[in-house]
Amino acid sequence: MDADDKKVTKSGSGITRRSFLAHLGVAGVAAASLTTPGRAQPAAEAKADDQSGDSMVKAPPGAVPLTFIVNKKQRSLKIDPRTTLLDCLRENLDMTGTKKGCDHGQCGACTVHVNGRRVNSCLTLAIMCQGDEITTIEGLGTPEHLHPMQQAFITCDAYQCGYCTSGQIMSATALMEEGLPPSDQGIKEAMSGNICRCGAYPNILSAIKMCKQSTKVKS
Amino acid sequence: MQIGHKTPKNPNIPHDSAIGHVSGTSVYIDDMPPAHNEVFVEIVPSPVAFGRIRSIDTSKALAVPGFVGAYTYRDLHHNKFGPITQDEILMAEDTVYFIGQAVVVVAAESRSAALAARRAVVLDIEELDPCLTVAEAIRRDQYLDRTYAIKRGDVEAAFAEADHIIEGHFSIAGADHFYLESQACIVYPQEYDQIVIHSSTQNPSEIQHVAAHLLGLNLNQVVVITKRMGGGFGGKECQSTHPAVMAAMVALKTRRPARLIYNKDDDMQWTGKRHPFENDYKVSFTDAGVITALQARLYADGGAYNDLSTAVVGRALTHIDNAYFLPNADVVGKIARTNFPPNTAFRGFGGPQGIITIENICEEIAAYLGMDAYDVRRANLYGVDERNTTHYGQLVANNTLPELFDTLLESSQYRERRATIDGFNQSSLTHLRGMAMTAVKFGISFTNKALNQANALVNIYLDGTIQVSTGATEMGQGVNTNIKMLVAEEFGIDYDKVIVMATSTEKNNNTSATAASAATDLNGSAAVNASRKLKERIAEVVAQHFASTETGMGAYPDRIVFADGYIYDSRKPSRRITFAEAVNLSYRERVSLGERGHYATSGIGFDWSLGQGAPFLYYTNGCAVSEVEIDRFTGDMRVLRTDILMDIGQSINPGLNRGQIVGAFVQGMGWLTTEDLRYTRNGALLTHSPTTYKIPNIYDLPATFICNTIQNDNKVNVRGTKAVGEPPLVLGISVWAAVKNALSYVSGESIPTLNTPACNEEILSRLTYYKRLLERQDNNNHAFNEGFYHDEASVLLPRARSHAAGRAVRSNLSGKRARSKSGKADKGVTA
Ligand code: FES
Ligand code: FES
Repeated sequence: MDADDKKVTKSGSGITRRSFLAHLGVAGVAAASLTTPGRAQPAAEAKADDQSGDSMVKAPPGAVPLTFIVNKKQRSLKIDPRTTLLDCLRENLDMTGTKKGCDHGQCGACTVHVNGRRVNSCLTLAIMCQGDEITTIEGLGTPEHLHPMQQAFITCDAYQCGYCTSGQIMSATALMEEGLPPSDQGIKEAMSGNICRCGAYPNILSAIKMCKQSTKVKS
Repeated sequence: MQIGHKTPKNPNIPHDSAIGHVSGTSVYIDDMPPAHNEVFVEIVPSPVAFGRIRSIDTSKALAVPGFVGAYTYRDLHHNKFGPITQDEILMAEDTVYFIGQAVVVVAAESRSAALAARRAVVLDIEELDPCLTVAEAIRRDQYLDRTYAIKRGDVEAAFAEADHIIEGHFSIAGADHFYLESQACIVYPQEYDQIVIHSSTQNPSEIQHVAAHLLGLNLNQVVVITKRMGGGFGGKECQSTHPAVMAAMVALKTRRPARLIYNKDDDMQWTGKRHPFENDYKVSFTDAGVITALQARLYADGGAYNDLSTAVVGRALTHIDNAYFLPNADVVGKIARTNFPPNTAFRGFGGPQGIITIENICEEIAAYLGMDAYDVRRANLYGVDERNTTHYGQLVANNTLPELFDTLLESSQYRERRATIDGFNQSSLTHLRGMAMTAVKFGISFTNKALNQANALVNIYLDGTIQVSTGATEMGQGVNTNIKMLVAEEFGIDYDKVIVMATSTEKNNNTSATAASAATDLNGSAAVNASRKLKERIAEVVAQHFASTETGMGAYPDRIVFADGYIYDSRKPSRRITFAEAVNLSYRERVSLGERGHYATSGIGFDWSLGQGAPFLYYTNGCAVSEVEIDRFTGDMRVLRTDILMDIGQSINPGLNRGQIVGAFVQGMGWLTTEDLRYTRNGALLTHSPTTYKIPNIYDLPATFICNTIQNDNKVNVRGTKAVGEPPLVLGISVWAAVKNALSYVSGESIPTLNTPACNEEILSRLTYYKRLLERQDNNNHAFNEGFYHDEASVLLPRARSHAAGRAVRSNLSGKRARSKSGKADKGVTA
């Protein structure tokens, strides 16, 4: 869901795209210079300055450097400029919590936060996120330390097959930041870009409402 | 031996993948990390619905950097397969029969290279004249499989003495499964031509069979593993076989792991759908709306190959009665062969197409007689002591339908709201409301008897934890959670001590598809059987142990109780040992701590040569009332309120069951109201992404949504439960019927007609039609004779159906009509 008309909230760290780029300076660009063959390390162990590449694509001609912050870690890599943020996360950074449903910006399965705002990562070119701060489901909480929205989804059984779930949760947490509409109908409208074929909708609605009651969420 | 166990206090434990789902750590096929030498596979599909292949040119693909190989049917050992009749060709030979049929398979070093190679293959195909409608198939006399029929009584005699007869044609649209995770598989080649296939499938054994057969392997050389699916809904019962076999072929040829993932657009264009049906019906009924005979001819659009069409039509024929007693019936089903991808299983499996046929008839009888459709349905409902056998001869045992109807009538305030709606429709110039209660009586069991069996493997480890493996696959329905609960409860231990393992043909052989809502019934029962055998052995050891350590105790295994993580003799609960201690004792006594359980449903069977039998172990029942509001100017429809009431027996996990009920209802509603499959004149699907194919979103939920269940002990099934995966889908019909009911307020003397799906465009076209019709009637002031058929102009692309039309063909009794308005009978023609 593209929340163009929604309030854009800066992420918790307070870094703007501009200040981040300035801050990054020469070191960041140098780190981004080359693509190593072989798969990236698993996201959890990835270093802040790792050089990730898709071994299967083998640094395509015309690959460009990209540096951004993913789940509070700085990542630098070289990618084909046509790579979507979704493919970049899944293929280049091996973060598969973000799912591909339609690849057309119509299902919401791929929802992530870019600078605190929810976007469909399949409709976003990774290279457009230069210097941006990305949050994915992996960065929201971990199995040991769940985000309150993740906990609420469990309590309310707000999934069946689970394939839409990371997108639903990312969308819901961004919605909390945007300001949760007061009525059920308003919440439904604001969540209507995330479809769930299993039809877990009533429970998704309950989870969002429960999360709203239990805590004021900061993502 | 009766060994006790305790029932849990809180049966609503979370889904066994809960943490994984919310943290993004649940692994689906394409989340599995690539092996370093993996190849990516793409399919070059037929671009035409029917044609003769002149030539295939792969030379440009060879030049694509990263190209690994291109393969055709010649690389297969066999090319013919099929779950019921072996009529399907996996890869086209000289002729293509549907858009999306695989012609060439390419493999490359990366996804992008595979895609480039796919695009570089040039197919030269001479287009032939495809068959794209059921009507055309009938004209060409091309069918799949034989004709199936069920008969009871004498319909002709009943028609001869009928008060009223309505005759009509009803078009039922298909639907795409739209599982969010498209078809996906990865195949790992092993030593000696063995292969391991990871597939997002509901039916690992089917893939094992077809892969072995088409690749020239023995079954024991093929292992198929399914961890979970991102949705299945029937679409991964047979159609996950195609990608799996093609990827397996590549893996064997290249000796490298092979990954094949459909994108959503390809998936929607290439895979089969819910069967569209074209049904003709003739029904006779009394002045009170009681049906005396039903004659129906069901034509399913089977697509190019049979797939599961035979069984789908079988289920349509056995569900055309739904909740209503048919004293005389003559129903016949045929499967039209067309040039679409083979239509396949989809939650409900033909049942919904049979059921909506009679629910539509109930609405038409009501509109014709001027009765409330609720009263028509109630008058026809199966009885408890009489009028309680189906048209195929099965007794409707433990019939909760009357209770469900009467309870929901009250709790939904049906009568009061009907009066409000009547008033609203008289006063509102902008909106129109309608309401309907529809029912479901869904037979549980596979209609193919042999499939009604399952096996389970239960292994206990020395720390007292347990692994369970069954043939059931997890697609979100919670079958793993149910099985985990059943096993944990048998041993009286914590749920988190039990893990249900990925489904694998290595552990469970010759399994049935996870389908027919029967996964928990069958696999859960098998797991319970295995657990009970283990308990007997452990109880033996523990009883001996108590006898040897407690004076005067004696060894009485049948007094041993498994509860709260402990094992004790019921005569002396204070002397107890933990489950893990008992396991260790048993191990030291060299007692086997692993066991297989088998389960076969008893007492079912059906004979198609007679069209008679008792194919179902029991029925899951329910009903729903939906109220809709329609914008008279745009046709926009919203569901104001839905009340669901179901009998699902004793629930293992009420939370999961509720999710299934709501989810299935929403899916049924989508099928009938928003999901519009549109095709070009050449049979190409236009609506192949969520951009144009609209499944319900959260905003489409009924504004008020109430879902309840009644208490009922289903003695014939495991723990008294009832299957719940498919039946509630059928209740989505209440929304469609409510739209039809709304139209009856503006259709004047006509029985309103409405196609499926009743999307906004369809509703608007009907509203416009009745507006014009009434204007013309006003102008001419005499009966408008063409009234019962839809205006031709609004019928669209070739796939599109002629309009659903109920037509009163006769009213026998002059002047003795229940309907107060006049004019309608004039339109009748004698049958
Ligand atoms: S995958 Fe991005 S919206 Fe569907
Ligand atoms: S949980 Fe399956 S699509 Fe939402």
